[in-house]
Amino acid sequence: MTAASLSRQPLDSADIDQADIDQADIDQADIDQIALASYVLGLGDDTLILAQRLGEWITRAPQIEEDIALGNIALDLLGQARTLLSYAGELEGKVTGTSRGEDDLAFLRDEREFRNVHLVEIENGDFAVTMARQLIFSAYQYELYTALLTSTDPTLSALAAKAVKEVAYHRDHATQWVLRLGDGTPESHDRMQAALDQVWPYVEEIFDTADTADILTALPGVAADPAALRPAWSRYVEAVITTATLSLPAPTWRSRGGRAGYHSENLGHLLPDMQNLHRSHPGASW
Amino acid sequence: MTVDQLRDIAGAVPDPEIPVLTLHDLGILRDVQLAADGTVEVTLTPTYTGCPATAVIAGDVETALRTAGVARINVRTVLSPAWTTDWMSQDGHRKLREYGIAPPVACQPAQSALSAPRSIGLTLSARCPRCGSTTTREISRFGSTPCKSLWACLSCAEPFDSFKAI
Repeated sequence: MTAASLSRQPLDSADIDQADIDQADIDQADIDQIALASYVLGLGDDTLILAQRLGEWITRAPQIEEDIALGNIALDLLGQARTLLSYAGELEGKVTGTSRGEDDLAFLRDEREFRNVHLVEIENGDFAVTMARQLIFSAYQYELYTALLTSTDPTLSALAAKAVKEVAYHRDHATQWVLRLGDGTPESHDRMQAALDQVWPYVEEIFDTADTADILTALPGVAADPAALRPAWSRYVEAVITTATLSLPAPTWRSRGGRAGYHSENLGHLLPDMQNLHRSHPGASW
Repeated sequence: MTVDQLRDIAGAVPDPEIPVLTLHDLGILRDVQLAADGTVEVTLTPTYTGCPATAVIAGDVETALRTAGVARINVRTVLSPAWTTDWMSQDGHRKLREYGIAPPVACQPAQSALSAPRSIGLTLSARCPRCGSTTTREISRFGSTPCKSLWACLSCAEPFDSFKAI
């Protein structure tokens, strides 16, 4: 496989088979590596983009403790993103011969090359929307990292052991707020319910096994099947919602395509903010 | 220099955020080895994956060893096994208290607010490092650095940081 043929569709195993690549040049091990790189990149992009979104709250949160809390949570996610993106770049390099570093992947890719789910790129909305998203995502990550503790991939299992402890705090933070707002005043209850209704269409995509099919087939035991995380996630999240006197939304549509690089305009607005400095001043440091 | 001496030098490097603690006290210095070619191999583990102090600490270790006359140094960071506050030394606990930070309690998984949904502070009370009172209140589970939470003492009315158990 040549670097040039890959660079057109980096890290997208779905397109490799159809691409104009001489099949004779590809061996199975390369296909497996690309499937793994693609999976890791998806997880990394979820954490990177949500870290960026949460960072937008700093100086704007309802109280200074929340500025600090959301900043801390964003920092944990950024730490996870650094490990995941570095690893994705390294895996890609094994196939292409030139590996991209964490900064290359974070700052020099365009919208179509990002593999995050839609949930993490939606705008922050009011505080209730951000907490609804945090509840969904941190409860998902808690199950994800719990499952990855037993991954046969040593990098993923090491990260999971570290990150699951951080994410337990994130999940608890979101839980406390959803309970407090849901079971609070009529105004806070209504806005918390409206927030859940707004973010729920983005839930299905997180648990879509189709997006992870390549890696689950190629390297069994490495990735966590998203659908298998769903029952425990539902038990937790539904208990929070019920206890908060809120009702479980029944959305009429669902997002899809994030893992294949199809995004909403939200990501298009987020990326220049995140990438501008690096692109304007390559290699800048301070 | 022996490996033990090298380990003492690296272990004595102070944490940049909480300078009363050394890397040894924190338990983040995982290993020091002397390779056949004379390179000193230092293994560190971060407290939190995103802790910004990690890069500074690696640089400080390198500087300390270089000052002690070591020419070739290789500092690497590993995530596994994951750091836990249980690795903090007893001396570290005492130093933290004297510095005004409540030391971490023995590690337990972060509890869920669901287990007692209508109360907010669910973990054991942190003991106020100033007056010793346990009549304290957790203000926020997230503090000035990733490893600390924010508390207030209801006896002496002073706010204080508490090291989070993870």
